[in-house]
This record gives sequence, C-alpha cells and structure tokens, in this order.
Amino acid sequence: MSISMRNITLFLIVGALIFGSGFVQGWNTALLILNMGLISAIMALGVNLQWGFAGLFNIGVMGFVALGGLAAVLVSMPPTTEAWAVGGLRMGIALLTGVATIVGAGNLYRRMAPGNKRTLAMIVFLIGGFLLFRFLFDPAVLAIEKVNPAGTGYLGGLGLPVLLAWPVGGLFAAGAAWVIGKTALGLRSDYLAIATLGIAEIIIAIMKNEDWLTRGVKNVVGIPRPVPYEVDLQASEAFLNRAASFGFHDPVMASTLYVKLAYAGLFAVVLVILLWLAEKALNSPWGRMMRAIRDNEIAAEAMGKDVTARHLQIFILGSAICGIAGAMMTTMDSQLTLGTYQPLRFTFLIWVMVIVGGSGNNWGAVLGGFLIWFLWVEVEPMGAKLMELITAPLNDGYWLKDHLQNSVAHMRLLTMGLILILVLRFSPKGLIPEK
Amino acid sequence: MSNPFLIGENMTGGYGRGADILHDCTISVAKGEIAVIVGPNGAGKSTAMKAVFGMLNLHKGSVRLDGEDITKLAPQARVAKGMGFVPQTQNIFTSMTVEENLEMGAFIRTDDFSNTLSQVYDLFPILKEKRYQAAGELSGGQRQQVAVGRALMTKPKLLMLDEPTAGVSPIVMDELFDRIIEVARSGISILMVEQNARQALEIADKGYVLVQGRNRFTDSGKALLADPEVRKSFLGG
Amino acid sequence: MEFLNAFVAFSNFVIVPAIAYGSQLALGALGVTLIYGILRFSNFAHGDTMAFGAMVTILVTWWFQSMGINLGPMPTALLALPFGIAGAALLVLATDRMVYRFYRAQKAAPVILVIVSMGVMFVMNGLVRFIIGPDGQQFADGERFIISARNFKTMTGLSEGLAFRTSQAITIVTAVIVVALLFWFLNKTRTGKSMRAFSDNEDLALLSGINPERVVAYTWIIVAALATIAGVLYGLDKGFKPFTYFQLLLPIFASAIVGGLGNPLGAIAGGFVIAFSEVTVTYAYKKVLIYLLPESLEPSTLVQLLSTDYKFAVSFAILIIVLLFKPTGLFKGNTA
Ligand SMILES: Nc1ncnc2c1ncn2[C@@H]1O[C@H](COP(=O)(O)OP(=O)(O)O)[C@@H](O)[C@H]1O
Ligand SMILES: [Mg+2]
Repeated sequence: MSISMRNITLFLIVGALIFGSGFVQGWNTALLILNMGLISAIMALGVNLQWGFAGLFNIGVMGFVALGGLAAVLVSMPPTTEAWAVGGLRMGIALLTGVATIVGAGNLYRRMAPGNKRTLAMIVFLIGGFLLFRFLFDPAVLAIEKVNPAGTGYLGGLGLPVLLAWPVGGLFAAGAAWVIGKTALGLRSDYLAIATLGIAEIIIAIMKNEDWLTRGVKNVVGIPRPVPYEVDLQASEAFLNRAASFGFHDPVMASTLYVKLAYAGLFAVVLVILLWLAEKALNSPWGRMMRAIRDNEIAAEAMGKDVTARHLQIFILGSAICGIAGAMMTTMDSQLTLGTYQPLRFTFLIWVMVIVGGSGNNWGAVLGGFLIWFLWVEVEPMGAKLMELITAPLNDGYWLKDHLQNSVAHMRLLTMGLILILVLRFSPKGLIPEK
Repeated sequence: MSNPFLIGENMTGGYGRGADILHDCTISVAKGEIAVIVGPNGAGKSTAMKAVFGMLNLHKGSVRLDGEDITKLAPQARVAKGMGFVPQTQNIFTSMTVEENLEMGAFIRTDDFSNTLSQVYDLFPILKEKRYQAAGELSGGQRQQVAVGRALMTKPKLLMLDEPTAGVSPIVMDELFDRIIEVARSGISILMVEQNARQALEIADKGYVLVQGRNRFTDSGKALLADPEVRKSFLGG
Repeated sequence: MEFLNAFVAFSNFVIVPAIAYGSQLALGALGVTLIYGILRFSNFAHGDTMAFGAMVTILVTWWFQSMGINLGPMPTALLALPFGIAGAALLVLATDRMVYRFYRAQKAAPVILVIVSMGVMFVMNGLVRFIIGPDGQQFADGERFIISARNFKTMTGLSEGLAFRTSQAITIVTAVIVVALLFWFLNKTRTGKSMRAFSDNEDLALLSGINPERVVAYTWIIVAALATIAGVLYGLDKGFKPFTYFQLLLPIFASAIVGGLGNPLGAIAGGFVIAFSEVTVTYAYKKVLIYLLPESLEPSTLVQLLSTDYKFAVSFAILIIVLLFKPTGLFKGNTA
C-alpha cells in the first residue's frame, strides 16, 4: 500500500485549503469543514465500494444516510414512557401484523401454483392484512402522537449511549439495502439507479410522515452527545486552565473548538478503520474478484462466479457505510431535521466526490470527500466576493445588481455540476486513479 | 483479370486495436458479374466485406471502385458512390413497416424513387403484399428480401450480400438465388458471401475460398467446383 | 341522486386531476423515452430541462403581462410558450454540442452518459435557481375556471360540485394536440422516420446514409419542446417550483419504464397508469362513501389508503412490480 508523492501532495493541498480557511474565516469554520469532510469521506468510501469496486449505480445514498440519522434518534433519545404506555403495545402488534402480511404473501406466492387462483388469493390476503394493519396502526399512531405533541409526540428511543447508534445506523442501512438489493440488483444499471432514487425518496417520505417514530418535520432536537457540552467545559476550572496554557483565553471559543476537535477525533478513528478495511478488501482476492466482475460480468459468470450474490454483498456493505456516516452526522448535529434531506446534497454531491476523487480508489474517494465538501462550503462566500467584483460597476439598488448578489447562494450547484462535467471529460479517472 | 469494377487489394487489418483478421486478402468483382466468397466459419468472410465497405481500419491495401481509390471514404460516402451493403445480421429495421424500410434505403436520394420502389416490389412481390406490416413480423426469407430490397433502393451499381440465405428453407433459398441472378442480369455487380458453397459457386462467375483471413483458392466458380482439393475440404467431397 | 353525487365527487377529486396529471407525465415521459431511444441513455437532467423551459416561459409571460399583452380568458403563458421552447432548445443543443457529443464520438457506455447527465442536471438546476430563485412562482392568469364548483351545483342541483379548471382543460387539449403532432411527425415525415430508423438499428441507419448528428439535433429540439410544454402545463396546474420538477423525475421515469423505455406509445400509457394509481391510492374516499353507504355504515376515518405524501411510493411500487414481472414494460421497449 504505497501512496505516491503526488497523492500525498494532493492530500496536503486539500489540508492546506481547510487550514487556510481557518486563518481567513476562523478555526470554528475550519473545524466544521473538517468534521463534515470526514463524514463526507466516509460516505464517499461507501459509494466508491459500490460503484468503484462493483459498478453498482446507487443514487439512493440520501435514504441510507437518513436511516443512520434515525438510528441516532432511536438509540439515544430517552423513551417517552407515556407514549409507550398508551400506544406502544398496539403499535408493536400492528408492525408485526404488517411484516406477517408481507411474509405470508411471499409464502403464498411460493407455495401456490401460478394462475388466477394464486393471484386472487394474494390480493385477498394482502388487502385483508392491510386492513387489519391499519385497524391496529391508526389508533396507535393517534394515541402516541397525542402525548405532548409539542415536546415529544413520538415513542422516543432507548436512551442508550449515542455511539452505539453508529453501528446500529449501519445495520439499519444494511437491512434496507438487503431488501432493495434482493429485488433490484438483477436490473440494468439505469433501472437500479431509478430504483435506488425512488427508495431514498420513500425512506425520507416515511420519516417525514410517521411522526410517532421520528417526530417528522417537527424535528428531534437535543440528541445526547458522545462528547462534553460547551457549558460544562466553560464551568470546569481544569478545562479553562488547560485551554489557557494553550493560549486560549476566551472560554466560549476554547470550549467550542474543543468539542469540535473531539468530534474530529472520533470521526477520524472511524474513517481510518473503514479506510483500512476498504483497502484490505480491495487488495484481497475478494476485491480482485469484484473488479473482475465489474469489468466483465459475462466472463465472470461463465467462470462460475455468483455475480448477483457478490453484488448483493457489496451493495449491503457500501450502504451500511453510508448509514454509519448518517448516524455520525446526526450525532454531530445533535438533531434530526428531515426537511434538510435533499438528494442533490446527500446523493449527487457524494457522487461528485467519488468521481472527482477517483472511482475505484479508496484514497481518491476520501480525497474527493474532503475537497468537494470544502468547495461546497466555500463556493458561496467565494462566489459572493466574485459577484461583488463583477457587479461593482453597476449602481447600488439597480435590480440586476441586487438579483445577482442575492442569487449567489445557487452558484454552488452550478459549480458542482461544472466540476463533475469537466472531470468526467478531461480526467475521467479522477484525481487519484484506480491502480 | 481485366479491370475489375471493384477491388479490395492486399487488405490487412482487424477490429479496433485487436489482432489482424485479414492478411493480404484480395477480393474483386467485374462489371455485371457475380463473385462469391466461401470458407469455413470465422474465416473472415464478413470481415472482408466490412473492409471493402470501409467499416474497418485497414493498415495495408486499398479499395478501388471503378478505378477510383475509395480506401479513405466513410461507409455513407460509399453508399453515395453506388455501393449497397446487406449485412449478415440486423439488416432490417424490425419496428418499421416493409415500405418504411425501403424508404429508409432510399434516404440519400433526393429524386423521386417511386420507380425503384415498384421495381423492388416487382422483384419481390411478397413485399408489396406485406408493405404495411412491421418487418420484424416477417419470416426469415421475407426479412432477407426486405434487406436486399432496402439495399437496392439507392440503385447501386454494386450490391454486397453477406449470407443472404442464412436461416431460410431450401425452397426459399433457390428463390432468393434466382432473384439475385435476376439482379445481376440488370447490370448490377454482386459480391456475396455464402454458406451454401456448392450452390453459390454454381452461379458465380468468380469464387474465393477464404481461410483464416487469407485467399486460399481463387478461380472461376466452375473451376473451383471441379477442383478436387476444394471439393474435399470445402464442399464436403 | 346520491350515486350521482358520489360520482361527481369522484370525478372532481380523482378522474379530472388524474387525467391532467397523466397528460403532464406522459409528455415528460415522451421526452425521456425519445432520448433513450435515440441517444440511448437515461437523461437525469430531464426534470431540470422542464424547469428551465418553464422558467423561460414564465419570464416572458411576466414581460407580456407588464406590457398588457394577454390572451383574455386563456393564460398568457400559452403565448410565451414558443419562447420557452426556443430557450430550452438552445440550452439542450448547446449542452449536446459541449458535453454529450464528445461521449457519443467515444461510444461511451450508457452509464457514463447517465453520470454526465447528473452533472448537467446540477448545472441546469443551479441555472434555474440562479435566474428565478428557488421559491414557488405564480404565472397563471385569465379565467381560473371553465366550470366552477358553485356554478356546477346551481346548474345541476347536486350538492357536490365539479370544478373544471382552465389549466386542466388546457393541459388535456394541449397534450392531445402535441401527441398527435409528434406521432404524425414520427410516422409520416422523412425526418421522423429517420429518427425511428436510427432508434431501431443505428448501424443500418448509418449504412442507409442517415446523418446521426442531424437525427440527434432533431431529437433534442423535440425533447426540449416536450419538456417545456410539460413543465409549463404542470406549472399552470400546480404552480412552479424548481425542486418539484426535480422530484418529477421519479414518476416520469416510472411512466417511461412502465410503458417500455424507448416506446412513445408506452410512455403515454405509462403516464396515465402512474397518474391514476397515485391519485386513486392517495385519495380520501370518505366523501364518496358517505353518499354511497347507509348512514349506519358511514366511515369515521378519511378512508385513505395512503397519505398523499406517499404518492412517490405508489409510482415506485408500480415501477418495481413491472420491472420484476415484465422488464421490457407494458409495451415492448427498446432494451438493446
Ligand atoms: N466486431 C468484431 N470485433 C472483434 N472481432 C471480431 C468482430 N467480428 C468478428 N470478429 C472476429 O473476426 C474473425 C472473423 O469473423 P467473421 O469475419 O465474422 O467470420 P465469417 O464471416 O467468415 O464467419 C473471428 O475470429 C471473429 O471472432
Ligand atoms: Mg460471417
């Protein structure tokens, strides 16, 4: 595993960019970029596993990320005991009924001989199951959501340490990926793309609507943290002394930086572990087989490789990584705000990271994660400066000037698109090409 | 060999950057005559046809039509020069009607082609009957007639046919051969690849036996049929 | 009487909206399917092409309105539509020249083109937000209703009203005209036939002397027209907001795939299948059932199978079912 001089330089440049933003915009901003960069790098690793290793076209990243966020809520928030008391049992039975209906229908399909009779039996069974489900489900939802709607109105979580949510987020995403993979992986690549895009939309729709589970668009705030709270640090004599010894005399500044650094440390550990695993996987016989399948599916199949099973494996793994990253992100934000989940930001931007960084290369994906996230954050202020310059000759209050300056926020989409198109055209292998 | 109408001379080349398939291969056909290429599967017969039609990068040899060097011309330009090509596979527009197939054959013509259309219908009456039917719904023999008809719509001076009788019944095959002879009689030169070597050589003025991309035997059709070695190896005794 | 009331309510809330929505989806899906048939990739920038065309139309509409130009009871947007189409056509032709043509020459794999179209999607999306902003815009003017619910009630004496909005009528009429024109073009004109030939068998089309670049250019222009019309009709009917156009990608692709990608007839059928499923599954049937059932059986809940927020789930479920059981779509698509 040798990283060439060129690649080290690339990483140094991106590091210097983030570091430089610290000088210009303050360390808080720089650490924010670093932390989301770490999370983005992990997401990019997941997508790279699927696309770079196996050629699987997953554009449902947003859904897996959101499932990770859900895990953070369900693991760490305190349970709403009253809600559990009024609707917990009924909800549990309702969900079991729903699952039983689907499993039962599957069994029917397999057991009965094909024909009209089977179709009829399936329809009757599914409708019956659905009605029973709704009969159990609807009152439970009403009851749960009526409990203190402004504060809770949902079942809450398990009240466990939030770090536990990270692997659980991976498991949630893996579970969803298994279901999707089982149905859609045999399809042509653009059909798989549409299928994953749709699944992601549905996951978000469910999370936005099922208030009893997620509080929907009312947001879950105050998710417990794995790191100290700023106010506690500011009250701690020992912390203030240590900060002062490093030259930080502003307690607010010192505590916010400390918290961000603590997150950065945690995220870096996860990234290093995942990167190490991904590198191991890439260079193992398994990884070589994956790439052989990617490059020539028909030949691999002819050689007796079970292409669909391998694809399912890697699809689940890649999605799980996105789920972990999603849980980490929600942990850092301390809140789940479903309104902010947009495919351009959480799916397509990750794709830009992978392509620009270099698909098929883990280091490339990581580099792309940091670089593109940096640009995503910085294009706006840079665009604003640029626009000020461009519009300087125009009179203040002239409509065009106002319009241009107010629209700067949308420059980032344009820029990301241009970057993607330019890289695909002139350097399709990305910054750090596959070996 | 006095001044052939079309000649692909000493052609050497292959697909993309792959290995050469043709080696110093020469194919020619004289005005109004029928030349036939035979040979085992994978010998490079189709490749030779594509080479003559400019669908292959030749790094040696040349193609001349009526004395003019056309080695560098794109296939479309060769169509305009009076060459027609019926590929071995996928040689019709399956989702379009028979008549639309023929119209597409005449796409580059700016003049009125209704005369040519009725000539093709005279040659292949079944096509007139099925003119509004989707070509993909026709039988194998009828599809081949559509394919040949499409190529004839430009009024080519040279018609190239790659296994026009593949997958059709023996009766239809005889019928097709008769039609092809009829086309040749109208003054159109014909260069044809055939699996049914014996029958094809019988109607051929000139025959080529191709093996592994090289000319193995070249002679008149009759002489090849009489050659004991050709009979033994390529005509099944 | 009760039955009539139930039927009117059902028409008002299900049939009429679904037909209008189905027409919009069909027009969108036609664009996707044409690109797939001719250029052989799934164009993820299509939703944003619709948004761009609609945006240009809106800007010109505002300009006309400010100058006092209008169409009386009809929306001024119809007058501005040709400008929107021209704008979208210029944009996609420029995109093709600068972006897609390179990959065509390379004979790049379709999936590469799909990723490229993601980049184009970003750019177009940014462009639209940059020019008109991310917020919703109103541009419908003229008469709002052909028949308003109140007039319908006084006319018929029923207690349920059937509102028929101008935007719905225009959507349906325009869609019929556009589809008829498109099919006439594809089936009767030389250029249209050459497009079908190219879609059917590219190599043979080349051997027939059909110029691929011309076919591609025509395709983009037609697609720009279809996308703009679909975008404007949708905007008139439900309001313009850039993000909703991106979200329309899913039902549009579902329509095209369900009908059979590459098959224009299928795209239309698919559009209506998806629209009717979405609307019927997410409609609350309480109102209809109240008329039909005896008082004792009257439903206490909304009787809604799924909340409207799950309408994407419906198109998606249909898409998956079709893909699993009939991968080429209801009509045979172009799967090459
Ligand atoms: N499109 C192609 N690309 C690469 N190799 C090809 C292609 N078509 C044919 N070949 C190879 O060229 C050789 C000759 O094929 P072909 O000309 O089709 O033979 P024939 O028509 O005599 O049966 C074969 O080895 C075949 O594998
Ligand atoms: Mg052959």
